[in-house]
Amino acid sequence: MMGARGLLTVAAAALVSLGLTAAPAKAAGNAVELPSQNWSFAGIFGTFDRGELQRGFQVYKEVCAGCHSLDYIAFRNLADLGFNELEIKAIAAEYEVQDGPNDDGEMFDRPGLPADRFPAPFANDNAARASNGGALPPDLSLMVDARPNGANYLYALMTGYGDAPSGVTVAEGMSYNAYFPGHQIAMPAPIADDGVEYADGTKATVDQQARDITAFLTWAAEPNLEERKRMGVMAVLFLLVMTGLLYASKRKIWADVH
Amino acid sequence: MSGPNFSNPVVRWIDHRLPVFTFMHHEMHEYPTPKNLNYWWNFGSLAGIVLVIMLLTGIILAMHYTPHVDYAFQSVERIMRDVNYGWLIRYIHANGASFFFIVVYIHIFRGLYYGSYKAPRELLWMLGVVILLLMMATAFMGYVLPWGQMSFWGATVITNLFSALPGVGEWIVTLLWGGFSVDNPTLNRFFSLHYLLPFVIVGVVVLHIVALHRFGSNNPLGIDVRGKQDSIPFHPYYTVKDMFGLGVFLTIFAAVVFFMPNAMGHPDNYIPANPLVTPAHIVPEWYFLPFYAILRAVPDKLLGVLAMFAAIAVLFILPWLDRSPVRSATFRPLFKIFFWIFAANCVLLTYLGGKPAEGIYVILSRLATVYYFFHFLILLPGLSIFETPKPLPRSISQPVLGSGTAGASKENS
Ligand code: HEC
Ligand code: HEM
Repeated sequence: MMGARGLLTVAAAALVSLGLTAAPAKAAGNAVELPSQNWSFAGIFGTFDRGELQRGFQVYKEVCAGCHSLDYIAFRNLADLGFNELEIKAIAAEYEVQDGPNDDGEMFDRPGLPADRFPAPFANDNAARASNGGALPPDLSLMVDARPNGANYLYALMTGYGDAPSGVTVAEGMSYNAYFPGHQIAMPAPIADDGVEYADGTKATVDQQARDITAFLTWAAEPNLEERKRMGVMAVLFLLVMTGLLYASKRKIWADVH
Repeated sequence: MSGPNFSNPVVRWIDHRLPVFTFMHHEMHEYPTPKNLNYWWNFGSLAGIVLVIMLLTGIILAMHYTPHVDYAFQSVERIMRDVNYGWLIRYIHANGASFFFIVVYIHIFRGLYYGSYKAPRELLWMLGVVILLLMMATAFMGYVLPWGQMSFWGATVITNLFSALPGVGEWIVTLLWGGFSVDNPTLNRFFSLHYLLPFVIVGVVVLHIVALHRFGSNNPLGIDVRGKQDSIPFHPYYTVKDMFGLGVFLTIFAAVVFFMPNAMGHPDNYIPANPLVTPAHIVPEWYFLPFYAILRAVPDKLLGVLAMFAAIAVLFILPWLDRSPVRSATFRPLFKIFFWIFAANCVLLTYLGGKPAEGIYVILSRLATVYYFFHFLILLPGLSIFETPKPLPRSISQPVLGSGTAGASKENS
């Protein structure tokens, strides 16, 4: 049927336009094209590399946590990274967590427990700004989902520091970053070669740390990513088979209609 | 009513007192459906199923969601992280809204192409337009609920539009906001209405179906069913065909939900709402973009708002704008060409709605907006006078007029 084929074109055109309109919205936040990296968690069979996650966690803990909170992650969630219960208890206990009020009505500090969330480095936004030249270090739990092309952006941001090209002046207290919108960022380059000493002995280059922190923050944004993709493969396979069977039934039932 | 004879005595007992089984039998087995419906006729039942999916996932979300500016964003993240399969429920709901619009837009363009809005189906069509309006209100308010940056700023921009209305404008805006800016009272009433409106949609859908069953489906030839040889019972023929279509739909839907659940969303909505920071570009959800383009195409705010509403209102009077007695575009050579131009124009408007309102985009938006209304207000009434339709087939089972050879041999099965 002519019309049927025609309408299919409309649907296709509509989908294309959807893609087109999604593009400008995505590009809006970025001044420059982001180089694409290979990520183990990309694609429909994507999974996290546990070593990468643990190293990324170490970078967060030793570097980023000085300025950035991680509000949506509790210590118990670290089990996803391959830490066992004892290790998690030990990690949590390294932190002081405010609790209370106790029976005397006082707030008190105690060592962290697995059920606690990561304590924020600053008491409130104003304190955070005061320590960062007026700029607010945003919470990192959702960072990868909150930027277009988040994983590649984060990696590019981490590795994009350098000297400003000639003719570009960078304001006092700001750093030049090739990938930050506007190129002037209030965050000083957070990672440097050997800025951390990896527990697993991996050499801590800037590139390595950038990859690891990106993997870790991707997990933080979407802790269900692996389960989602695993279920997705099964769901789509099941639906394909079911749809095939339904098509066969349809053919059979309609065989006598002309 | 000479009902069917049910063998099960319990069914018979109930049916005698409450004829639900007779009703179902009537709708499923006796309801005659044209035998030549193509796959574009799948999208109606599909829309109904998507509505049910939205209701079910929405009700579960509402069990865990907190409509308060200080907790809304956080409660959605709790759903994503701590509620069992909460991420799945929310991704189905968020992407389901997009798919709902895809399905309904295809359903509407099907109607436009095959003239399904014409007599005697005018009310059926108009009820459909009411459903579209309700869907838009529901989706708009739903998008505000997670209280991200786009939620907040989208709500601010769209509610502010009403202030352009003379006299009542300010009053309406205050009523929508429940105060003097988009704030907690706004979120509360939007949540309440977002819960309510889908059930209103269900009510209108029931009316839509009652109207449908009065005269039955239109069909690709756009001619009336002339007798038994033209129709088949809905069940099993169209139930199995709809099930197959549903399978295809669910496969695509699942692929998006599981493999790219955030592709149709905006990253800014993963940043908690902040009244002090305006996002670089405030873009509505893709399904509002054509109307957004029309809004911005008009230099005057009030006229822009009116044009945007007129873009939907014109659909209400469509049955009286297109006076051609021939329904299907198959037999209307000129209409068919203009249909495709119109469809392309809608795609263009969608594209333009997502672009910043500057330079060439403004000019194109204006042209596309003018063409949108030109199509309905000038072209369609004109075509009904000047176009010579092709000869119509005598009946559905005899699609080729005059010649008794091609395809006619196997009829009357
Ligand atoms: C000395 C404090 C400090 C440290 C340490 C730090 N940051 Fe930042 N970060 C900031 C500040 C301040 C901003 C806000 C920058 C601005 O708005 O110009 C920021 C912003 C960001 C942003 C948001 C950029 C955007 O697109 O808006 C990301 C992502 C980020 N930091 C990641 C990290 C990571 C990952 C680490 C650890 C490797 C880290 N930061 C360590 C202070 C810090
Ligand atoms: C016509 C059907 C419906 C449509 C089109 C619709 C649309 C939407 C949209 C677009 C969102 C925002 C999703 C996001 O980006 O996070 C949303 C959220 C929400 N909806 Fe609906 N919805 C419908 C029905 C319902 C129903 C019936 C309920 C409850 C009974 C409901 C409850 C919710 C809740 C609690 C949220 C907030 C959680 C979230 O943002 O994921 N919805 N809806």
